[in-house]
Amino acid sequence: MDMPDTVTSTEASASGSLDGDYDDAAGYYTPGAPLVDAKAPSGPIAERWQNRKFEARLVNPANRRKLDIIIVGTGLAGASAAATLGEAGYNVKTFCYQDSPRRAHSIAAQGGINAAKNYKEDGDSVHRLFYDTVKGGDYRSRESNVYRLAEVSTNIIDQCVAQGVPFAREYGGLLDNRSFGGVQVSRTFYARGQTGQQLLIGAYQALERQVSAGTVSMYARHEMLELVVVDGKARGIIARDMVTGEIQTHLADVVVLASGGYGNVFYLSTNAMGSNVTAAWRAHRKGAYMANPCYTQIHPTCIPVTGSHQSKLTLMSESLRNDGRIWVPKNQADCDKDPRDIPEEDRDYYLERIYPSFGNLVPRDIASRAAKYQCDDGRGVGPEVDGTRRGVYLDFADAIERLGRQAVETKYGNLFDMYARITGEDPYQVPMRIYPAVHYVMGGLWVDYDLQSTIPGLFVTGEANFSDHGANRLGASALMQGLADGYFVLPHTIRDYLADGPFERISEDHPAVVEARESVTSRIEHFLTVNGERSVDSYHRELGNIMWEYCGMERTETGLKKAIDLIRGLKEDFYRNVKVLGSAETLNQSLEKAGRVADFFELGELMCIDALNRRESCGGHFRGESQTEDGEALRHDEEYAYVSAWEWAGEDSIPILHKEDLVYTAIEMKQRSYK
Amino acid sequence: MNLTLKIWRQPDAASAGAMHTYQLADVSEDMSFLEMLDVLNEQLNDQGEEPIAFDSDCREGICGTCGLMINGEAHGPEVTTTCQLHMRSFSDGETITIEPWRSDAFPVIKDLVVDRSAFDRIIQQGGYISVNTGSAPEAHSVPVPKDDADRAFNVATCISCGACVAACPNGSASLFMGAKVTHLGLLPQGQPERDERVVNMVAQHDHEGFGGCTNIGACTAACPKEIPLDVISQLNKDLRTAIRNGH
Repeated sequence: MDMPDTVTSTEASASGSLDGDYDDAAGYYTPGAPLVDAKAPSGPIAERWQNRKFEARLVNPANRRKLDIIIVGTGLAGASAAATLGEAGYNVKTFCYQDSPRRAHSIAAQGGINAAKNYKEDGDSVHRLFYDTVKGGDYRSRESNVYRLAEVSTNIIDQCVAQGVPFAREYGGLLDNRSFGGVQVSRTFYARGQTGQQLLIGAYQALERQVSAGTVSMYARHEMLELVVVDGKARGIIARDMVTGEIQTHLADVVVLASGGYGNVFYLSTNAMGSNVTAAWRAHRKGAYMANPCYTQIHPTCIPVTGSHQSKLTLMSESLRNDGRIWVPKNQADCDKDPRDIPEEDRDYYLERIYPSFGNLVPRDIASRAAKYQCDDGRGVGPEVDGTRRGVYLDFADAIERLGRQAVETKYGNLFDMYARITGEDPYQVPMRIYPAVHYVMGGLWVDYDLQSTIPGLFVTGEANFSDHGANRLGASALMQGLADGYFVLPHTIRDYLADGPFERISEDHPAVVEARESVTSRIEHFLTVNGERSVDSYHRELGNIMWEYCGMERTETGLKKAIDLIRGLKEDFYRNVKVLGSAETLNQSLEKAGRVADFFELGELMCIDALNRRESCGGHFRGESQTEDGEALRHDEEYAYVSAWEWAGEDSIPILHKEDLVYTAIEMKQRSYK
Repeated sequence: MNLTLKIWRQPDAASAGAMHTYQLADVSEDMSFLEMLDVLNEQLNDQGEEPIAFDSDCREGICGTCGLMINGEAHGPEVTTTCQLHMRSFSDGETITIEPWRSDAFPVIKDLVVDRSAFDRIIQQGGYISVNTGSAPEAHSVPVPKDDADRAFNVATCISCGACVAACPNGSASLFMGAKVTHLGLLPQGQPERDERVVNMVAQHDHEGFGGCTNIGACTAACPKEIPLDVISQLNKDLRTAIRNGH
C-alpha cells in the first residue's frame, strides 16, 4: 500500500502538448454530452464541505425508521456506512458475498492510514494532505472531493481509537506515526503490518452492534446480481442466497454500492479470490457511468508467479526497497544460475544505472515498468512460466553486511518470514525475487460530490467509486477514503436525497422488478445449460493474460486494439463453450464465478477503450506513444484534464463517452520529473 | 509429486456425507494447499464431476475464510492458515485426508464449507465498544500504556477462522472469545461495558452449542495467529469479576 509517486521529485511546471488531433479510440465509442457535477460546491475550498453539510436537508429522527437503505459490501466503506446509518435510526440491509462481514478484502491492507493530525508537528496540515493527494493522483482527481477527504481524515482516527482499534503507540501512551512511501511528513497511523485488519474489525464490531440493536439486517453469503431501477431511480437489488440458491428481491428507498475494486479482471492480482465487479457492472448496465476504468495501480514488490496453477499474488511492503538492491543478470545465460554464483560484474543493477539519483527508490510505476522491460528482454529470473521468467532479484546481501543481520531482521523480519513461507527460500541467504502485480483500481463508478452516481438513489463509496485518487493513489490512502466515505461523508449527503422519501412503495410484481429477476434467472440458466468444454477459471485466466499484456503496465494503440479483438472473441467463445456443473439450488462456486467472469469480459473491453482514448501517460497509466525523449511519462493537460465517464449503450452498441473537465482553483498543475 | 486425496463430500446440510478418494498427479511443491485443490477441481470439472466446494478468499492468511482439517489437524501440519500452507510440507506418494471443521456449532453447508455465523452472533452480544460515529473524543485525550496497547494488538489479530473450535475435543470457542474480551478489556475505552460484555458473550457461546473449556490447550496449538492460552484465564477472571459485581 505504500507508494511514493510524488516524493522527492523535482518539478517542472510545463506540460506536454500534442502535435496533432489524435483520437485512437475513434470508432470504438460515441462522443456524448459533457458531464457536469451538479453538486459541485463553490466558494473557498476550505469551506465547501461545511457548506454542503449545512445545505443538505435533514431527515426527522422519527422518519428515519421509515426509510430503507440497502448497502452492498461490508469492507471499510460499507461496514462503516451501515453502522453509522443504523445508529442514526434508518432501516439498513447489508449484503456481502463472504460468510461474515469481517472478511471483506479491506482486511488485507498492510501499511497504514493517513490523517492530517500533525501530531509530529512536522508541517503537516489538511491542505498539505490535500496537495499531496492531488499531486500523487497526477492531477486527474476532483479537488473538492480530495480536500474533503483530507479534512475528515482526522475524525477517522478519533473514531477508530474510541472503538478500541489498537494502533501502535509510543512509550508515553500516545499514538505513533510513520512516514510512508517516502512522503516528507509522518502522518501514517498503523497497527503493525495489519492496519486494514484492525480498522475493519472496528467497523465490523460497530456494524454487529447495530445488528444487535435491530437497525441493521445482515445478509452474509448473498451476492447482488442486479440493480432494480424504477422510474429512473435505484429502488433495490436482486440477490442470490449463495447457500440455497434462492433469488431474492430486496426493495428500498436508496441503494449504496461499497463493493470494492475490480483488479481481478487481470485474474492474478493482490485482490481476494471473490473480489469482483458484478454489483458495479450491473449498475453500469442500468445507467450508472463508469469513470476512468483504465486507471489501475500496479505494485512493484510482489512475490512472482510460480506456475499456471497460481491463483493470486501476494504483496510485500514496498519499504523493502529502502535497503534491498534490485538487479538481473547481464547475460541471459546466467538467468537460471544460483544468483550467489553470479559475480558482481555480471549483474545489472538497472534502476541504479538508469536513475542514478533515485536508484531503487524510483516511484512505483517506474520500478514496475523497468522490471517488465528486463524480463521481456529475456533477463528475468526464477521459474519459467509460459516461456518467460518473470522476476527480478531484490538483494539484501549488502544491507546485511552493512547493518548486520540483526538490524535487517528487526526492520523486515515479518516480511522475510512471509516470503520464506510462500517460496520456500531463505531471503537472508538467497536474494528475494519480486515482480509487479495489480493492486488497486482508481477507476470506478462515476459519482458527484454527494457520492451519488448518474442513477438517482444509487450512491457509491470506497474503491468502487472513482472520485479521490485520480490516476494514482498515495500509499495509506485507500483505508482513509473507505472510512471517510462511510463514517463521515455518505451519512451527510444521503440525507439530502432521503429527505424526499419515503418513496412510493413498489410491489414485487412491478415490471421493472420482474425484468431484473428474469435477467438474473436467465443468465444462471444459460450458464448451467451450455455444457461446453472449458472451465470458468480457464477463461478467466486467459482474459487476465490479455489484460496484463496489453492493458497493464504499458499500453499502446496497436496492443489495445488487438486486446479488444481478443476479448470479444474470447467472450463469444465463453458463452458458447463454458462448462458449469452442479445446480442453481445449492452452493455452487463455479456458477458464482461464471457470472463474475462474464462481467469482467465487458469491463475489460471498456478498460481497453478507455486506455485507447487517453493517449497520454499519467499517474500509473503509461502510454507508449506519450513519453519524453528519455522514455519518461508525458502528461497532456490541454487535451486530457478530464474524467472519462462511460455510458452503457446496450449489448450491441459502442459505449458513449462523457467528459467531465477537471478544474483546479486551489492548486497549480505541475508535471512530475525525477531524473 | 503424486498424491492420494481422501476428501469429505456432502451435497448439502441435510444429506449424509462420505469420504471420497481422488488421485492427483504432478503436484508442484510451490503450490499452496488450496491451489492444489484448484487443480483437482479443474480435473473434476473436465471429467464431468462437480468440483469440491471449499471456502477461501484473501489467500494471504488474514481474512480467516479458509480452514480445513488436514490429516486430523486444523489448518494442517504448519502453524499457519490453510491458504498459506504449501505442498512442500507433504511428500510424494502421500495420502492426505481433508475434512471440514467438525463442531455442532459449525454445521456443514456443503463438502468442506461450514457455517460459522455463530461467531458473528457472539460478537453481537458485546464484542464491541459502544461509540456512535462522530461522538469520539480527540484521539490523544486518552493515553494507553504501550505495553497494554501492544498486548491488545497481539490478541486482536484473531482472524475468526474457527481452528480453535475444530481442534478442541469439547468444541469450545473460548480462545476466540477470550481474545476479544482481552483485547477490549486491556483498553481504557473498553472498561464501561467490560462486565456486561463477558457475561453476554459467554451466554451466547453456550447457547450456540459450543462446549466448555477444560484447559486442554489444543486451541492455541492450532491457532494460526498464535493467540496465547492465557486469554482464556482472562476470560474466566473477567467472568468471575462480573458475576461478583452482580451481573
